[in-house]
Amino acid sequence: MGGGITLYHFLVLSLIIFSLGMFCVLSRRNAIGILMGVELILNSANINYLAFSYYGGHRYDGQIFAIFVIMLAAAEAVIGLAVVLAIYQNFRTIDVSATETLSG
Amino acid sequence: MIAQVVFYAIAALTIGSSMMVAFSRNIVYSTFALLGAFTGVVGIYVMLAADFVAMVQLLVYVGGILVLTIFAVMLTQGIADVTVSNREVGVAPSLIIVSILGAIMIFAAFKTPWEMGTPAQMATSPTTYAIGNAFLGEYVLPFEVASLVLLAALVGAIVISRHETRE
Repeated sequence: MGGGITLYHFLVLSLIIFSLGMFCVLSRRNAIGILMGVELILNSANINYLAFSYYGGHRYDGQIFAIFVIMLAAAEAVIGLAVVLAIYQNFRTIDVSATETLSG
Repeated sequence: MIAQVVFYAIAALTIGSSMMVAFSRNIVYSTFALLGAFTGVVGIYVMLAADFVAMVQLLVYVGGILVLTIFAVMLTQGIADVTVSNREVGVAPSLIIVSILGAIMIFAAFKTPWEMGTPAQMATSPTTYAIGNAFLGEYVLPFEVASLVLLAALVGAIVISRHETRE
């Protein structure tokens, strides 16, 4: 790629997105907010896959892995949101610190 | 020069939207900021010569996961109490953990001698042909397992989220 964009640009960008997603996961009490943080983390992992695939001069392996990650993220979102809806039906809230029936 | 301007514009869109997702007090604002984050990531994929992955990202994330998330937010939150719907706990410990993780990853990213190849030959041709061949050739077993996973997720989501009507 011309214009002086290197691999490190993409690594730092994906690192920032990962950190924001990790902060979202750690600091939220809303279960849907936590799932949104997980989606940000998965996106940053995909940026890394594609950046290494592009700058490493490999074939399409990184892109294929990225497609698998997107597929698993879709499955994860479906199951996660179904669980959130089931929790909401039982507890009338999706605050993760209020649903503590299993805590000892 | 143009590539740099485009890269920084896309990066600003992505990071700004991600910050709004992470820091907004309102879960509805967070959800709609996710749109900007996913769209910015599509632009980054295009810059990395991954046209097919970019389109898959647009279809699956923006068209599927985001709509699903908006549905879940609307179904589980009263619209009236959105101002307190996205409360945070333990902001300081979270910041400490994220800072330590970020420092470790910055160190790893800049200290590792990455093996660089020649990226020029991938940038000019569409990737769909090669990816399709790989999915039905070298990666056919993971491809089929992935379809099983999606079927299991479909059935599992229906089983988990439906109302129990038996007596």
